[in-house]
Parts: sequence; C-alpha cells; structure tokens
Amino acid sequence: MSGAEFLLADLPEFFGRFLLLSLLSIGGAMSTAPEMHRYLVGERGWLDDGQFTTAVALAQASPGPNVIFVPVLGFQVAGWIGALAATVGILAPSTLLSLGVSRWAGKRRDTPGVRAFTAGLAPMTVSLMACAGWVLALPYLREPDHRLGGLALIALTVLVMHYTRLAPIWLILAGGIVGAVGWI
Amino acid sequence: MSPAPTPQELRQPESPLELFTTFTALALQGFGGVLAVAQRELVERKRWLTREQFVELYSVSQMLPGPNVVNLSLMLGDRFFGWRGGAAAVGGMLFMPLVIVIMLAIGYNTFAEQAMVAGALRGMGAVAAGLMIAMALKLVGTLRANPMGPVLCAGIALLTAALVAVLRLPLVWVVPSVGLLGWTLARLAIARKARS
Repeated sequence: MSGAEFLLADLPEFFGRFLLLSLLSIGGAMSTAPEMHRYLVGERGWLDDGQFTTAVALAQASPGPNVIFVPVLGFQVAGWIGALAATVGILAPSTLLSLGVSRWAGKRRDTPGVRAFTAGLAPMTVSLMACAGWVLALPYLREPDHRLGGLALIALTVLVMHYTRLAPIWLILAGGIVGAVGWI
Repeated sequence: MSPAPTPQELRQPESPLELFTTFTALALQGFGGVLAVAQRELVERKRWLTREQFVELYSVSQMLPGPNVVNLSLMLGDRFFGWRGGAAAVGGMLFMPLVIVIMLAIGYNTFAEQAMVAGALRGMGAVAAGLMIAMALKLVGTLRANPMGPVLCAGIALLTAALVAVLRLPLVWVVPSVGLLGWTLARLAIARKARS
C-alpha cells in the first residue's frame, strides 16, 4: 500500500463515508466513483491514481455487477477489513431504502401515480441501456487495430441474441478465446 | 413457445435456494455488467417476469440509490419469498463475484502484462457491448403499450441519449430530471385516457 497509512482508528469514518455515498449512488455505484476518488486519493492519500483505476478495471474484467470495484478499493486501502467495511457501507443503506420503496409501491401499483412512474420512466430506461451498449462499443470504434474484428464480434453477438436462446456465457467464452488467440 | 413469456406463461422459483443459485449463475455470466444476462435468464429462460415487468422493475431500481442490478435482485427476491428471497437473490448476485474479484486483485501483478490476457478481455468486452445493444433492441418493443404513445416515448428516449451519450451529463442529474418529465407526461396521458 502506498501513500498515507490507514489506521484502525480511521475505520469508523471510512465506513461512514461509504454509508453516505450509498444514499447518493443514484444510477449505480459507478456514479459515485469521482467522489470516492476525491476522498481516497485526494483527501486522504491512501491510494494513488493507478491503484484506483486498477480497481475499476479489475471489477470490469470480473463477472458480476460493477459495484464490486468498491470492495477492491477497500481491500487496497485496508485489506480484508477495508473490503468488508466498504462493501457493507455502499450496500446497506441503499438496499434497505429500496426494499421499503418496493413494498410501498407494490401495494399501490394500480394507482395513477405509481403507474405513471413506471410508464414515464420506461423510455428513459431503455434509452440508458442503449447508451451503455454504445459506451461499451466505443473503444472498438476508436482503435483502428481492433475496429473490424471488434465490430464483427459485436454484430455477431446481436444476431445470435436475436435469433437463438443460447445462454450469454457461451458467447462471452467464445469472445475470450477469439481475443486471446489474437483474432480481434 | 415465444421467447418472452406472456403473463399466463409465467413461472415461479421453487425456493430461496433456487433464487440464490439462479442469481449466482447469472452474476458469473455477467462480464462488463449483469443487466443483459439478467434479462435473458429471468425473462426468456426462467420466465419469472414478462419483458414489461422487467423494464418496470429496472426503472424503479434505477431511480433509487444503489447498484441497479442489486436493487433489481432484491425486489424480485422479495416479491417471491419476502426478505429471505431478497437476501438469497442479493447474496447470489454478490457472493461469488466478490470472491473472484478479490482473488484477481491479489493475483493482478502476475498476469497483467500478458498479451493473451489483454486480448481475451478485449474479446469479452466486445461481446458485452453486443449483449447490451441486443437487449436494448428487444426492450424497445415493450414501449408499444406505453400510455404516452410512440412519439413522446421516442422523444424521451432521444433526449436521454443526447444528455448521456452526447453531452455526457452525470446520471445524478439526468435520471431525476428526465424521470420527473416522464412521470409528469405519463400522469397527464393516463388522466386523459381515464376521461375519454
């Protein structure tokens, strides 16, 4: 671990920061990444820029939700106890709030207000998914070396998903193999 | 059998254990995001939700703080088996990925430099992009039944894309403001339908 040392006395404040960030993480944990960077790298100096970026990259290379970059940050700062504090901190408040809202709305799902909520949000939700696909595809558009292979693989994936019921894991494995042997 | 279930064709998980194993399986398939895999597994393969219900659940997850797919798991699990179901689904979604990502963090230095690893990640990334695009295309169909009608739906979708993909505004601003706009328009559309 580089930079400033993490002391056990720092743990309550560290945990508290993640509890607070949890409530601010509208749109997913990744939306709080700039704020985490400010706190862990800028304010406290527990991590450097490279360690922060590595945590995000490792989480993206691992299976599972993007939020798992948070335990990696915690692990880099303070080992297992840091990973635990960061994970529980980023998840507990948002999870409890979601459970409450979900139950409340479930009982009122046929009222105009709640119906308007789900109907009004649907176009935005679908659009955000398309944007996420676009953002993930961008690196392949930008790198001339990998453009053709990358776009072909993207298009092939879309076609297979549209016309078959194949589980996505087989496509991901195939993509990994094709990439590892250097075809794209 | 059609790829997406109608409300009559829906099934239910048998136990919280089935929720745990299903969510573990879909989390482990989710490289570069779990959402596209979740849609595939929960709607088309398990048939626990219709496409419309999936969009509805995800919309609510997105408006609330917290990781969207974790919120989605929680709400779906809670619907079937109460808090035990919610805990089983969230546990399945997070447990194995957490173990794997920490192992990777520990082993990172030994394999980061290898060209094959970089290539494999690049290939998996392209597939992840394709999965996301395919899912968005499929879900466009769910907007047909929307009370706002196709023109307003397309307008909101294009506005969202412009704000997020072109202007690159933070989601913290986009989601509440476009959400409020959509909610208001849908409220008016529903009221107009009720009168006529």
